Amino acid sequence: MSNTGIGARIERTEDKRFITGNGRYTDDINLPGQVYASFVRSPHAHAKVTGIDAKDALALKGVVKVFTGKDMEADGLGGLICGWTVTSKDGEPMKVGGHPSLAPERVRYVGDCVAVVIGESREAARLGAEAVAVSYEELDAVVEPAQAQNQNAPKVHEDIDKNLCFHWELGDKEATDAAFDKAAHVTHLDIVNNRLIPNAIEPRAALGDYNPGSGDYTLYTTSQNPHVERLVLSAFVGVAPEHKLRVISPDVGGGFGSKIFVYAEETVCLWAAGKIQRPVKWTAERSESFLSDAHGRDHVTRAELALDGDGRFLALRAHTVANLGAYLSTFSSSVPTYLYGTLLSGQYDIAAIHVEVEGVYTHTAPVDAYRGAGRPEATFVVERLVERAARETNKDPAELRKKNFVTKFPHQTPVILNYDTGDYNACIDRASEMIDYKSFDKRRKEAQAKGKLRGIGFSTYIEACGLAPSNAVGSLGAGVGLWESAEVRVNPTGNVEVLTGAHSHGQGHETSFAQLVSDRLTIPIEDITIVHGDTASVQFGMGTYGSRSAAVGMSAIDGALDKVITKAKRIAAHILEVQPDDIELADAAFRIKGTNKFIPWGELALNAYTAHKFSTSEIEPGLKETAFYDPTNFTFPAGCHICELEVDPQTGCVEIVDYVAVDDFGTIINPMIVEGQVHGGVLQGIGQALLENGVYDVETGQLVTGSYMDYTMPRAHDAPPLRLDFTNTPAPSNPLGVKGCGEAGAIAAPAAVLNALTSAIGHENISMPATPAKVWRAIQT
Amino acid sequence: MYPFTYHRASSIEQAQALLDVSDDSKLLAGGQTLIPTLKQHLASPGALVDIGKIEALRFVRVEKASVVVGAATPHAQVAGDGKLAQKIPALAHLAGKIGDPHVRNVGTLGGSIANNDPAADYPAACLALGATIQTDKRNISADDFFTGLFETALEEHEIITEISFPVPKLAAYEKFPNPASRYALAGVFVAQTEAGVRVAVTGAGVNGVFRMTEMESALANNWSADALEGISPSADSLLSDLHGAADYRAHLVNVMAKRAVAQTC
Repeated sequence: MSNTGIGARIERTEDKRFITGNGRYTDDINLPGQVYASFVRSPHAHAKVTGIDAKDALALKGVVKVFTGKDMEADGLGGLICGWTVTSKDGEPMKVGGHPSLAPERVRYVGDCVAVVIGESREAARLGAEAVAVSYEELDAVVEPAQAQNQNAPKVHEDIDKNLCFHWELGDKEATDAAFDKAAHVTHLDIVNNRLIPNAIEPRAALGDYNPGSGDYTLYTTSQNPHVERLVLSAFVGVAPEHKLRVISPDVGGGFGSKIFVYAEETVCLWAAGKIQRPVKWTAERSESFLSDAHGRDHVTRAELALDGDGRFLALRAHTVANLGAYLSTFSSSVPTYLYGTLLSGQYDIAAIHVEVEGVYTHTAPVDAYRGAGRPEATFVVERLVERAARETNKDPAELRKKNFVTKFPHQTPVILNYDTGDYNACIDRASEMIDYKSFDKRRKEAQAKGKLRGIGFSTYIEACGLAPSNAVGSLGAGVGLWESAEVRVNPTGNVEVLTGAHSHGQGHETSFAQLVSDRLTIPIEDITIVHGDTASVQFGMGTYGSRSAAVGMSAIDGALDKVITKAKRIAAHILEVQPDDIELADAAFRIKGTNKFIPWGELALNAYTAHKFSTSEIEPGLKETAFYDPTNFTFPAGCHICELEVDPQTGCVEIVDYVAVDDFGTIINPMIVEGQVHGGVLQGIGQALLENGVYDVETGQLVTGSYMDYTMPRAHDAPPLRLDFTNTPAPSNPLGVKGCGEAGAIAAPAAVLNALTSAIGHENISMPATPAKVWRAIQT
Repeated sequence: MYPFTYHRASSIEQAQALLDVSDDSKLLAGGQTLIPTLKQHLASPGALVDIGKIEALRFVRVEKASVVVGAATPHAQVAGDGKLAQKIPALAHLAGKIGDPHVRNVGTLGGSIANNDPAADYPAACLALGATIQTDKRNISADDFFTGLFETALEEHEIITEISFPVPKLAAYEKFPNPASRYALAGVFVAQTEAGVRVAVTGAGVNGVFRMTEMESALANNWSADALEGISPSADSLLSDLHGAADYRAHLVNVMAKRAVAQTC
């Protein structure tokens, strides 16, 4: 390992920029003649729009223009789309409710955009938005997924019966039911997977620009995938043709999934910039983020696990109602289906699994991928079931798990996935040792003596990252391919620019990706720049989500590096008058193997561009290569997290006193960055388990938790001592052996915490978030 | 924010004069409640008169039998004043637990009690210690000052200048914070004062801070946590919300009171 290569624990190069306030975010960008957008949002969960009167707004000083949904319709613009078609068990495609950027006739959740006011200043636009008089005819709303299909539930989309978008199933129902019939023990569990609100530190923002001279549009926006954003805005919404639209996603301050999607606001800013021929900017206020960022989770599930007399898992079945919100967001249909049902085998060898999911519309903000996306929901089902089964059958929860672990690979699960590698025993053994599992009873007694209830909980999770190959995900309904692209440009002076289709919004790609390049080209990391986030400079790429950028994005870079090295060796061979196979690249030089004859890296690069020393009829000048990489399989990170906590029975307060995580992420590029990803993910998981809850009022459909006064974000003092370790079974599906680490913490932690909490209080009757009030009440019963 | 005129006063007299300039002016101290309210377009004063920078209102003065704090003194100064902490450690402790470091360095004692948020910490200290609130017009006892939810005895444009806390024999404050906002879900200040035992509860009451006379009599007989066994306010008089129903708050008042008393034993 070089000191800047794969495996090196080096500081993040981008942090100097971020920490010193020199980052360049969308809101930092200002263009001449710029105006501001402010959205008129529905105060009602469900209403007919019977009139929009902009007269008073237009009379205000500084108000430039007011647009409504009718104006966009008149311009022939399409609505926002969902890029994954799920097919119901009766063979029917999912039922899609129209999603206009500005609602022309009917509003479907509090915060739905009705009109936009363009002003010379933010203040003018906002005052204008308040002055737009919208007449509403209020209608009843439904916000709870479990009630959406009721006979008398108000319809979110008039033409969609029972608010049912899809009724999907996966697995063999007959085989599963048969296994349950002969089970010695069946464990049941009713679960609510609470709604989460993403809360990236940088709110969403957009700046649309139009050049009437060239007809070119530019959109600066907070996107995790600028090329996909451009494709949707051109091919589906129809704002501008793809070659006339440039999307720039500059520094982005956190996404967690919520910035994958194409939203109404950036669509409107881009379109309005063309209409009024001035740049139009919008930056969400935090209150708008709460209302309009796509939320996460929100499942209601009944699940069962069948065991034989020895404690072997025979079958698992689950029925889930997934809240999709008022409209389908960009990938929302895939989250509670293919990213959820496929994970229900966990780390276990289970012969039969059947899952049914009803995706329902409600009068709430759209729900889509949020860190983990379906996999935390699946892990919560499996790991709570397993823990409960162990308690019901008086078995040690670690032993019951080990008895049922998959130990032979590859392993075909009954729910599509084919696990290629892993060592689940290694993770649970190491984690148990780290937390000193066998002495837990002693610690429990010590806690008892000071009036505390102590519990311990396991979560042995599996994750599927880097969804692939593209033809397989296409057959499941994906509207896109899930490969990644890279271009490696060696400049004449020898330094290197790498253009990646991935996008960094906190993950540290500028460092990790450069470590790969430094490792392979044997050049200093300072000589490498990672370029991302601009459709004008970077070739089409798929962006960053689903912990895919190391497994897929770096593999594409690796492929381009192969080509660069091959070509450079050919050039070196010409100059040194040997065969390419005689050349080796080491210590930033091309050397004839076993000799001291060499060309330094920089000299080779210059030669590639001067093209004086080789025949350009045999070798093209230049040194720049592109690769697209489509993995052969998903990767399967897995691990064991163990949480130990104490409950104060007088107040219901939960204190996590110890937390260990042993994860198998395959090859690790930068351990410091990976540890940071686990820390953040675990904190988000603890947030879901104990603190965070997106709550809509059942009667009015108002968002009750619309600010930090009521929505409990994890704070520094909520961070327990986290102790991490790693095991490594390299992923065989990509050349680097990496698996992905971005979501593991958020996937594993909720089950570990709730398993520990239910162990502490001695019963299972508590739901997330386990707030002090809920825990106290649970102890009283 | 809606547009408004901003005035920064350098003396009480100047502040009084500035308040009279327009008829919809409001006082600004630390602004930890008012500024977010303005940002959300929930208030539209024509003018703000900032008294937070008046030096004469920013002090901690320790006297023989009392501690006097200027109305514009930030929480961090109260929390960090060594002499105050020697006289009334419970008051320093309370100030050090308000909000977060940002809030404590900007928010002021006068601003907090003038707003009388039902979940604020300072009203509990004022009421339990039997503080006197001095304004530019008169002295008001804490018992008369807090009149209801976000309501005080202050008249229009009356300016709090300082608060005098009699030094108690013993005192302690325990709060259970709202997990989201960190305001008190239930906060209890217990004190043995020259005028007898006083117990004030914040965060829980439907009408804001209140005294728990039942706890006061129990503690007057027997200053111990055990004396409070079974004594809680009636849930009917308590707030209920997402973070805690009234019965939970009633229970927490008892637990916090016991823990406060236990601290002093």
